[in-house]
Amino acid sequence: MNLFELFRKKTTAPVARDRLQVLLAHERSVIGKSDLLATLQEEILAVIAKHIAVDREAVQIKLDRGASFSTLEIDVEVPLNAAKLARPTGEAGVPASA
Amino acid sequence: MGKVLVVTSGKGGVGKTTSTAALGAALARGGENVVVIDFDVGLRNLDLVMGAERRVVFDLINVVQGDAKLAQALIRDKRIDTLSLLPASQTRDKDALTSEGVDKVIAELREKFDWVICDSPAGIERGALLAMRNADMAVVVTNPEVSSVRDSDRIIGMLDSKTLRAEKGDRIEKSLLVTRYDPARAARNEMLKVEDVLEILSIPLLGIIPESEEVLKASNIGAPVTLNNPNSAPSRAYFDAAKRLKGESVDVVVPLERVGIIGRLFGRRVA
Repeated sequence: MNLFELFRKKTTAPVARDRLQVLLAHERSVIGKSDLLATLQEEILAVIAKHIAVDREAVQIKLDRGASFSTLEIDVEVPLNAAKLARPTGEAGVPASA
Repeated sequence: MGKVLVVTSGKGGVGKTTSTAALGAALARGGENVVVIDFDVGLRNLDLVMGAERRVVFDLINVVQGDAKLAQALIRDKRIDTLSLLPASQTRDKDALTSEGVDKVIAELREKFDWVICDSPAGIERGALLAMRNADMAVVVTNPEVSSVRDSDRIIGMLDSKTLRAEKGDRIEKSLLVTRYDPARAARNEMLKVEDVLEILSIPLLGIIPESEEVLKASNIGAPVTLNNPNSAPSRAYFDAAKRLKGESVDVVVPLERVGIIGRLFGRRVA
């Protein structure tokens, strides 16, 4: 860091510009359509619940919207006796295709 | 046939009413026949900013419902006789405004005036949609600030989908009016620059109105800023914007308040 940078105050306007660009790129693609990530989240949880009895509170969902791509991170805590607690679905033994 | 212009923003408090009054008065001073309409039913303020609050007898809803003739509801400005106001109702239910009724009133006004300027309420609800419905042109008023820019983006999307022109597959002419701009803060990177806002919203620039004490002074006494102090920095910016609305090409500069010798000695204040 040179002397010039040392005395230059941190500026906020470029941060505002970057935040807006990322946010609006996302909002423009989403408005008018259903929210893809929210739909994915619901459907993935439904598939998991079909096979494993999971407490909804033991599921951590994180979303990060980036400039070029977004990530949906789903962290499921699977209890040791999960399989035993699973509700019989009538399809037991069939591997999940989802 | 007059042009219908909507002044809109999504976010409240960014200067829609101030800009409607200022642009309307600037166009009227240039000899155009102008009517400004307040679409903010229940929270009307254009009458107050124009200084006509004590002259309101009938309003837009009375005309839409056939209780009053259009000519009875129009209030002619006392300073410029080519400027008229159609106020909103302060007491009636906003659901009394129907799209068919609004279309009929706007069609009638188009015949009588060169410019029909619709002052939109904030938000993206029915009132805002009715205000933009008949527009040929839109002025999107934006402050150089994140929430205002985001809401403007949303409103631009609605202008492109929810107006009669959009439904017919025609384009609506949109332009950006940046208000409350402080060039000194933008230069210090403390405020979004006009170029940043333009790049994000990607619509053409109509004008840059500098932050100024003159705007509040004018609304205090009930006069459009362009009439109250035509030589002030915001007024010069509004006059330039009005010329651009008429299709004239005027270079965009941010007018600064003229600072006297005392001002220079004791520190320059921008706008």
